[in-house]
Amino acid sequence: MNNNKEGYADEVVKGFITWSLVWGVVSVLLGVVISLQLAYPQLNLPPYLSYGRLRPIHTNAGIFGWGIGSFMAFFIYITQRLTKTRLWSPGLARFQLWLFNIIITLAAVTLMLGMTRSKEYAELEWPVALLVVVLWVIFSINIIMTIVKRKEEQMYISLWYILAALVGVAVLYLVNNAGIPISLTKSYSAYAGVNDANVQWWYGHNAVAMVLTAPPLALFYYLLPKSTGVPIYSHRMGVIAFWSLIFMYLWTGAHHLLWTPVPDWVQTLAMAFSIMLIAPSWAAVFNGYFSMNGQWHQMRENYLVKFLIFGITFYGLQTIQGPSQAVRTFSAFIHYTDWVPGHVHMGTLGWVSLVIFAAIYYTIPKLYGREIHSVPLVNLHFWLAVTGQLIFSITMWIAGIQQATMLHATNPDGSLHYSFMETLVEMYPYWYGRAFGGAIYFVSMLIFVYNIVKTMTATTSQAAIKKA
Amino acid sequence: MLEKKPVIFLLLATVVILIGTVVTMIAPFKWINDPKLKIAEVKPYTPLQLEGRDIYIREGCNNCHTQTVRPLLADVERYGEYSKAGEFVYDQPHLWGSRRTGPDLARIGGKYPDAWHYKHMVDPQSMVPRSNMPKYAFLQQPLDTSLTERKMKALNFPYIPSDLAMLKGKSELDAMVAYLQKLGSDIPWRKAAQAAVVGELKNPYLDNKTVIPEGKAIYDKECATCHGADLKGDVGRSLADIDKPDSQIFKTVYGGVADKGMPAFGDTLGKERVWKVTSFLKSVQKH
Repeated sequence: MNNNKEGYADEVVKGFITWSLVWGVVSVLLGVVISLQLAYPQLNLPPYLSYGRLRPIHTNAGIFGWGIGSFMAFFIYITQRLTKTRLWSPGLARFQLWLFNIIITLAAVTLMLGMTRSKEYAELEWPVALLVVVLWVIFSINIIMTIVKRKEEQMYISLWYILAALVGVAVLYLVNNAGIPISLTKSYSAYAGVNDANVQWWYGHNAVAMVLTAPPLALFYYLLPKSTGVPIYSHRMGVIAFWSLIFMYLWTGAHHLLWTPVPDWVQTLAMAFSIMLIAPSWAAVFNGYFSMNGQWHQMRENYLVKFLIFGITFYGLQTIQGPSQAVRTFSAFIHYTDWVPGHVHMGTLGWVSLVIFAAIYYTIPKLYGREIHSVPLVNLHFWLAVTGQLIFSITMWIAGIQQATMLHATNPDGSLHYSFMETLVEMYPYWYGRAFGGAIYFVSMLIFVYNIVKTMTATTSQAAIKKA
Repeated sequence: MLEKKPVIFLLLATVVILIGTVVTMIAPFKWINDPKLKIAEVKPYTPLQLEGRDIYIREGCNNCHTQTVRPLLADVERYGEYSKAGEFVYDQPHLWGSRRTGPDLARIGGKYPDAWHYKHMVDPQSMVPRSNMPKYAFLQQPLDTSLTERKMKALNFPYIPSDLAMLKGKSELDAMVAYLQKLGSDIPWRKAAQAAVVGELKNPYLDNKTVIPEGKAIYDKECATCHGADLKGDVGRSLADIDKPDSQIFKTVYGGVADKGMPAFGDTLGKERVWKVTSFLKSVQKH
């Protein structure tokens, strides 16, 4: 059973998984806290614990701590297995783990102190951002060198997504973080006004592509065949989808800026390419579904498959909803309302996290050479996570539609029917509902972590796990 | 072929990523910076306004407030004239935001008097009872001005020594209010919007006492925070014994008085409700 016969560097994988769990719990907990702050403003404890300072910590801990942390673990795990080659430098990877945790900790502390560039998902002030660049460079070198020195000639589709994510994140991060330092803790963006907005959302939306789409797809393409025991339906469809995905995504950033002073043609291109993105996104969905041909019974028997297929289903819904929001008319209605957090959290809590859960459930037993501590707890985790996420998202969609309808309502003489506050007070019940959904998701995370920790620390050496 | 050549693959993937990047992110610099889009009235921030803006950034106000008015009826009526590219040329970074948990602030400048902002920042619920905004009373601490000059130089904003000397003794709240009052007020849109009051100004509810309770309800919700629940005045003037013709009261409420910090309520209340408030105000007149 010892997969280290091949000498893969797996200790550092364990480290990244452990720490991504920590940051994942922090992120969801903070999410619950700030959702309560919106509903009960007296829960804000300024200056350090106010919504305005905590929300960026929630998003950074989620995307970078939980998301990137896990992806680092699984890029290292998957790359070694797909190339049949030991990681190029395990020492560098250990350094990377330290640096990663230092950065996320620094990010949390500096953001709480109010040191922020204010640009969404690129809030970290320049010294911390510089450390992120160092982190990404050593990570990329390690993965790329492992691939270059590989013993398996063919590169499986997962490696394609991994390589694209490495180069994509590098380009995005460097451009959007360009700034003018004033002091160690303060800098201004290198771009002004409309330019800055356009650069920011080119970055912001493609962070979704390169962090929240390509890496989970890499994991999905690796894990689904491993879990079901049957190959992916169409490698060719995966290849076509890959190139069209990484081509089209970069055109769509301005759909975050519809109806703003960004040039109209940029907005129109963003809208058109967003619609076109449905095709490559759904190619991945179909690849997942068709791979299940004759295997659907595994949805009952194999919890990994359940996570993966629900995950890809939420991805499918996400990539229909996203493009529809990118249309001017619909955007005019729901943009700036709670509809959008509802959308985002279907992607992060539904798609990305479900795939990461599957990846952790898949690798931990292999890395530790034992069965998962409790399958019933896995199922409980699954259903609580899905329920919590659906309560969250559906509540927010209804809230968004209601507020949008009220904000746009006019009297016969053309004046507005509702003041802003009249629309805001209607949001409170939905905000309680969102906090409730988030709390359920948080409980599911705790059950998940408990199960994983129990598996990691089990003292009795169990029988070797079955070869999948 | 590509499946066996990682370096070529990486280069190709980079090129593919850069195509959309060049067209939609790099090329627009030329369009956005078109000299025709420049607006002469738009001025850089003063040292005090810039410090206020940095506090706005520090507190993450952009997590709940946007700063772009879209050319949509609901946006323009609620917030004011839609935003123009030329209004943001001094914004490094932009602060457009992505979620309106609170209202848009692109045109907040000049909407309320300073006194309203001071009270509202310290205790938002005292001005807007069911608001979910956190209290920012701690901003009454002294403003740190050690970096101000360096900031002004880095951004190439003009200033004279007396601008910097003016910062002495200012609080962070002073800076914040100065910034808020500058927002969106460089172009004279309020004056242009005011001209919208047209038609015969005759109160349709003259002598109709049945609308007075409704007028009072509107007053309590929209006006009382500044003019007092008892009409005796607070941030705004006393209305306890207002002795003006209906048409003049209507004009003031409908179009606002920009230089006195009286907001215009025409677009948010509509004519009917403004006349009802007018009737209520007249009903409490003592002589």
